[in-house]
Amino acid sequence: MRIDLDVIQEWITHGSCVLDLGCGDGALLEQLGKNRGVTGYGLEIDPGQITRCVERGVNVVEQNLDAGLGNFSDGSFDTVVMTQALQTLRHPHLVVEEMLRVGRDCIITFPNFGQWRARWHLAFSGRMPVSDLLPYEWYDTPNIHFCTFRDFEVLCRERSWTILHRQVVCESMPGGIFKEYLPNLFGETAIYHLTR
Amino acid sequence: MFTENPTTPEEDQSANATGSVGLVAPKRHRFIEPLSLACGRILQDYTLVYETYGVLNAQKSNAVLICHALSGHHHAAGRHSPDDKRPGWWDHYIGPGKPIDTNTFFVVAPNNLGGCHGSTGPVSINPDTGKPWGPDFPALRVRDWVHSQARLADLLGIEQWAVVIGGSLGGMQAMRWSLEYPERLRHCVVIASAMKLSAQNIAFNETARQAITSDPDFCEGRYLERKKLPRRGLAVARMIGHITYLSDDGLGRRFGRELRTGSFQQGTEEVEFQIQSYLRHQGDTFSSSFDPNTYILMTRALDFFDLAREYGDDPVAAFANARCRFLLVAFTSDWRFAPQRSREIADALMHANIPVSYAEIESAMGHDAFLLPSERYETLFLAYMQRVAEEMRGCE
Repeated sequence: MRIDLDVIQEWITHGSCVLDLGCGDGALLEQLGKNRGVTGYGLEIDPGQITRCVERGVNVVEQNLDAGLGNFSDGSFDTVVMTQALQTLRHPHLVVEEMLRVGRDCIITFPNFGQWRARWHLAFSGRMPVSDLLPYEWYDTPNIHFCTFRDFEVLCRERSWTILHRQVVCESMPGGIFKEYLPNLFGETAIYHLTR
Repeated sequence: MFTENPTTPEEDQSANATGSVGLVAPKRHRFIEPLSLACGRILQDYTLVYETYGVLNAQKSNAVLICHALSGHHHAAGRHSPDDKRPGWWDHYIGPGKPIDTNTFFVVAPNNLGGCHGSTGPVSINPDTGKPWGPDFPALRVRDWVHSQARLADLLGIEQWAVVIGGSLGGMQAMRWSLEYPERLRHCVVIASAMKLSAQNIAFNETARQAITSDPDFCEGRYLERKKLPRRGLAVARMIGHITYLSDDGLGRRFGRELRTGSFQQGTEEVEFQIQSYLRHQGDTFSSSFDPNTYILMTRALDFFDLAREYGDDPVAAFANARCRFLLVAFTSDWRFAPQRSREIADALMHANIPVSYAEIESAMGHDAFLLPSERYETLFLAYMQRVAEEMRGCE
């Protein structure tokens, strides 16, 4: 289980109804179902991932997030989750607005582009960072809207989204030790729990 | 609603990939308990013809019902004799190792009431008159088929289907099952279907019916008594339908503007395009194997179907009655039952908090795609059915 998914589980109420945007192989929904009695649906566009969800018995609906969530009515879910997909969207801020309309609260995780390794890579090699977490070249990446921990905070302020919880996680050293003090520099993945 | 036994260049390759159910023979049963129909009339007794593949397990938990589409029938898989040219209409998807795996599941495929392949219908003898029912056969609704299929389940000792599956008009039956008998199915697979037809759909059906009824040999539907058959009308009806089951792109790839006879040289008057002769062949084949009154009856049932009508036109309220899990599949180039129609079903199910998965399969084959080999479709369908099988084993 990815480390951000572990954190998310703690923030989701037992027995609640969850919509997982860009749910991938359905691992999170499966765990939430088993551990917390959560029901819900995943939205995904990748055919291979959709099949993996079906194999796991996770409800998955083929839907492109860039086309919006207009098919869901206001407040139809307790929590809307989106892990590691924000940076792939055409209009990330509009999708977060939609998440907060469709759900009572929402949880978002994204790779922190302000992390020291990305900064280091860009500063010293002069090239776009390619890492385990971001294993793409600039020309074929699905990630089109990178942001940093600090950028996202600015967006939350501008849009008046209330931050219920925030956390950064880091699987590599030495970030694990320093991320509490300098999250924007050492946090690998940012996790936000928002409400209106 | 599909081409019966459609052939594609890929067909032969995939037919060998997995096993066939082999030689099969239809079964028939006469039900003597009267059946009240949605139109208010009562059928005193009726016969259903059906085929089964695989073995019903001791717990009777592995039964799968296949609901057929407009021109389908009980012969869904395998062959009736070793020299049969073609297998049943859904042979790509039913058989050992195929998505509807007959090593795991007991598959039941009936010919619907009103059909013309052995079940009681317009070609059967009306016991009150001693003549064929013809146009006097009662109008049928999708729910009538569902009720008659429930009696077939009773006969076979099946209290609850593991899965009810259908494409197109068959998908409508599967959805109706989930509302009429919510406790009698655990899964519902709805492929290339819709909660109701659009005006365009109804328009095509009406045009097809007009083609049949305006044939001079139609004789107001009493052609059998008069020893006639409105073949040309039925062939045209089928040609209209057939065009709508394919996509522009698919037809273009397969036929383009290729000529069968003649040439484009100046001075040449007669040319025949390949697509013309193909359509005529489809029409002719169909009109020698299908009954015009049945075609009219089944297209009317299609037109009339409206899943949510009696639930205040609210599909969410309708599906709130369902207790099963759903799998929905649509195909990108299907314009007769476009993916949007399946997304509406998915939305209604999600709003009703019913478990559902939905996939939109990339295909150039139009509505007929649901019967044809397709890697993604097969993989997904297989994954879903294997999950159903796992659940079954978990309960044993």
